[in-house]
Amino acid sequence: MGHNKEIDHVTGVETTGHVWDGDLKELNKPLPRWWLYTFYATIVWAIGYWIAYPAWPLVNGYTKGMLGYSQRQEVMREVADGKAAQAQFRSEVEKMALADIAKNPEVLRFATASGAAAFATNCAPCHGRGAQGAKSYPNLNDDDWLWGGSLDAIAQTITHGVRSDDAETRSSAMPRFGLDQVLDQKQISDTAEFVLSLAGKSTDQEAATRGAAIFAENCVVCHGEKGAGNQELGAPNLTDAIWLYGGAKEDLIQSIATGRGGIMPQWHTRLDPVTIKTLAVYVHGLGGGK
Amino acid sequence: MAITHTERSAFGDAMAVLSAVVFAVVGLAWGLGSPDPAMAFHGWVFTAAAAIAAIYVLSQMFKDRVPDSSGYLDGPIRFAVLASVFWGIAGFLVGDLIAWQLAFPALNLDLPWTSFGRLRPLHTSAVIFAFGGNVLLATSFYVVQRTTHAKLLGHWAPWFVIYGYNVFILVAGTGYILGITESKEYAEPEWYADLWLTIVWVVYLVVFLGTIMKRREPHIYVANWFYLAFIVTIAMLHIVNNLAMPISLFEPKSYVLFGGVQDAMTQWWYGHNAVGFFLTAGFLGIMYYFIPKRVERPVYSYRLSIIHFWTLIFLYIWAGPHHLHYTALPDWVQTLGMTFSIILWMPSWGGMINGLMTLSGAWDKLRTDPVVRLLVVSVAFYGMSTFEGPMMSIKAVNSLSHYTDWTIGHVHSGALGWVAMVSFGAIYCLVPWLWKRKALYSIRLVEWHFWISTIGILLYITSMWVSGIMQGLMWRAYDKLGFLSYSFVETVEAMHPYYIIRATGGGLFVLGSLIMAYNLWRTIRGDESVDAAEQPRVAAAPELRLQPAE
Repeated sequence: MGHNKEIDHVTGVETTGHVWDGDLKELNKPLPRWWLYTFYATIVWAIGYWIAYPAWPLVNGYTKGMLGYSQRQEVMREVADGKAAQAQFRSEVEKMALADIAKNPEVLRFATASGAAAFATNCAPCHGRGAQGAKSYPNLNDDDWLWGGSLDAIAQTITHGVRSDDAETRSSAMPRFGLDQVLDQKQISDTAEFVLSLAGKSTDQEAATRGAAIFAENCVVCHGEKGAGNQELGAPNLTDAIWLYGGAKEDLIQSIATGRGGIMPQWHTRLDPVTIKTLAVYVHGLGGGK
Repeated sequence: MAITHTERSAFGDAMAVLSAVVFAVVGLAWGLGSPDPAMAFHGWVFTAAAAIAAIYVLSQMFKDRVPDSSGYLDGPIRFAVLASVFWGIAGFLVGDLIAWQLAFPALNLDLPWTSFGRLRPLHTSAVIFAFGGNVLLATSFYVVQRTTHAKLLGHWAPWFVIYGYNVFILVAGTGYILGITESKEYAEPEWYADLWLTIVWVVYLVVFLGTIMKRREPHIYVANWFYLAFIVTIAMLHIVNNLAMPISLFEPKSYVLFGGVQDAMTQWWYGHNAVGFFLTAGFLGIMYYFIPKRVERPVYSYRLSIIHFWTLIFLYIWAGPHHLHYTALPDWVQTLGMTFSIILWMPSWGGMINGLMTLSGAWDKLRTDPVVRLLVVSVAFYGMSTFEGPMMSIKAVNSLSHYTDWTIGHVHSGALGWVAMVSFGAIYCLVPWLWKRKALYSIRLVEWHFWISTIGILLYITSMWVSGIMQGLMWRAYDKLGFLSYSFVETVEAMHPYYIIRATGGGLFVLGSLIMAYNLWRTIRGDESVDAAEQPRVAAAPELRLQPAE
C-alpha cells in the first residue's frame, strides 16, 4: 500500500498510505517523546515498587519485598499504638468508681471525650447529635429522667437497655388501654384531658374531671397520685410538660391506647465496660445529671 | 451445485423463525412454570419478544429485499441509535431522581420499587449498558461496514444482536425494579438474563468478526481493533463473573460460584474492565472514526495508535484490585493492581493525544462546529479522568478517596464527560448520515446542548470533589486524645448542600439530552434545517455531500 503515501499539506508529515471509507488516513508520526519517557518512568517506578513491597505471586507464597511491609501488621500496630496512647486513662477509668471520675479533671476530660465519640457513633442516630432527642427518643440534656439521672442509673440503662432482649433489661409495660379494650374511646379521651391538666394544658375542665376518676383507678399505681411518675418503674412524670411521644391531645390518646413501649438496645454486648462508663459520664455531664 | 441468493435468504428466514420459536417455547415454560411472579413475567416478555420477531421475519419473507442506498445494512443501526437516545434519557432521569433521593430521602416514597437500592442499579445499567451499549452497537456496525467496505455478515443476525440486546435490557431493568438481583455491581441481572446476553454477545462477535473477515480493504482500521477488543473482552468478563448455579431452572435466584475475597476480586476484575473495555476501548473506537471523519483530518499518529492500543489492553486487565485496597485482598494483589494502574496512565493518554492532535490544522472547527466541540471536550474529559484514576489507585490517595463521593465524581467525569459526550457527538453525526438528511435540524440547538450539559457536568464533578474530600477528611479526623472527631451522621449532614448541587448539575445534563432528542426527532422527520448554512459539509449524509472545492 506504500504507493498511496502522501505528504499531509498541513503538518508536512507523510501518511501511512492506508485509506478507509474515502478519506480516513493516518499520519506516520513518531511517538511523542515526552509520552514515551513518561511511560518508561512509570514502568521503572513500578519495578522499584515491586522490589520494595509484596508484589508477585510464587508457587508457594509471594515476593515479600525488601521493606517487609504487611498491611495486616500495620493495622495491628496502629491499633496497638492507639490503644497504648489511651491505656493509662482507660485503666484509671476502669479502676475508679463512676462518682470519682468527676473529681479528677484529667480523667474527666478523657472520659468526656471518649463518651462524646462513642455517643456520636452509637447513640446519635436516635438521640440526635446534640442528645436533643426527638419524638419517641428522649432528650438527654434535661433533668427529666425516665429511669433515673444518677451516674449509676445512666450506666445501668446504657449497659442493659430498655425493653431490650437482655436478661437484666430495664422493663416496664404500660397497658394498652385502647387496644386491649380496657377503656373505651371516650374514657381514653377524658383521661388524656386530665393528663393535660396535670401539666396545666387542659382546655376542657369537665372532661378532665371525668378523666381524673379514670386516672385514679388505672394510672396512679405507676404514675403516682399526682402523676409525678416513678423512676423505679420507668413511669414518666406527667406534670412537667415534657412529652416523649408528643404533647398534643391526639398523641396522649395514642399513648394511652397503645401503651407505646419504645426500645433501647443493651450496649454491653457491643461496647466495652470502660467505654460505657465514659458514656455515662458524658451523658450525665450534658446538663441534667443528678 | 451453487446455492442461489434466494435459497440462502429463505434458509436464513427459516432459521430466524425457528430460533424465535425455540425462544418463545422457553419463555412460555417460564411464564407458565415459574412460581416466582417476576420470573414468570420475564417468561412472558421473552415469549412476546420472540413472537414479535417471528411475525416480523415472516412478514418480510415474501417481500423483495430492497438494498439500502448506501449499500450497507443500516436498519439495525437506526434501531440502535433510537434505542440509545431513549434509554439514555431514561437512564439520566433515573440518575437525577436518585441524586435528589440522596439529598431528600423522602423521595424514596417508602415503596420498594422506587427505593434507592433498586433504582441505583437501574440507573447504572441504563446508562452504561442500555445507552452506552446501544451507542457501541450502532457505531461499531456503522464503522465496521464503512471501514471494511463490506456489508454486515448475515441479514437477520445483526438484527438479532440489536433486538436481542434490547430485550436483555428490558428484562434486566424490569428485574431490578421487581427486586431480582445477583448483587454484583454492574452485573446485577440473574442467570437467565445473563445466558440470554451471552447468546446475543456471541452472535455479535460472529457478525463483527465475519464482517472484518470479508473486508474489501487490505488493512483493518484502528477503530475496529478497539471494537474487537471490547467485544472479545466483554464476552470473557461477562461469562466468568456471572458463573453461578441457579437453585432451579424455574427460579430467578442463583448462587455465585466464587466466595469471599475471590468473589470480590472476580467482581472487580470484571467491574474495572467493564470500565476499561466497555466504556474505554469501545468508545475509543468511536473516537477513532468520528473525530477524523468530522474534522476531515488524518489520525495524528499511526504508531501511537498501535502502541497505545496494545499497552492499553494488556495493562487494563491488571488494574481491578485497586478497587479493593485495604481490604482482605492480599498485599501482593493490591500492589499489582496499583502499579499497573499507574503504568496505564500513558497508554490511556495515547488515545487522548491521538484524538486531540488529529485536530492539527483544524482547530478552528472547535469554534465553528459544536459537534466537534462535543467530541473534543469528551477527549479532554477522558484525559482528565484517566489521570485522576491512576492517581486514585495510589494506596495513600485511595485511603482518603475510597468509599467517598470522590469516587462518584471520578466515575461521572468519565461517564458524563467522556462516554456520554463522545456518544452525543457520534449520534449527531450519525442521524443525518443514516436517515439521508442534508443537515441536522439545528446546529444551534447542539450548541445549547453542549453548553448546558458541560455546565451540568462541571457542577456535578466539582461538588463531588468537595463533598468526597471533605467526607474522607471527616472520617479520618481524630482529636488529641485519639477519639474520632465526627460521627457518620455529621458527615452525611455536611454533604447535603453538595448533593443538591450535584442533583442540579444532573438536571442540566438531562435537560441537554432532551434538547438533543427534540433536535434528532426533527431531523429524522425530515424537517427543513433552520441553520443548514452554518453546518459543515460533513454534517450531510455521504451521498448528499458536496465535494470539497479542490
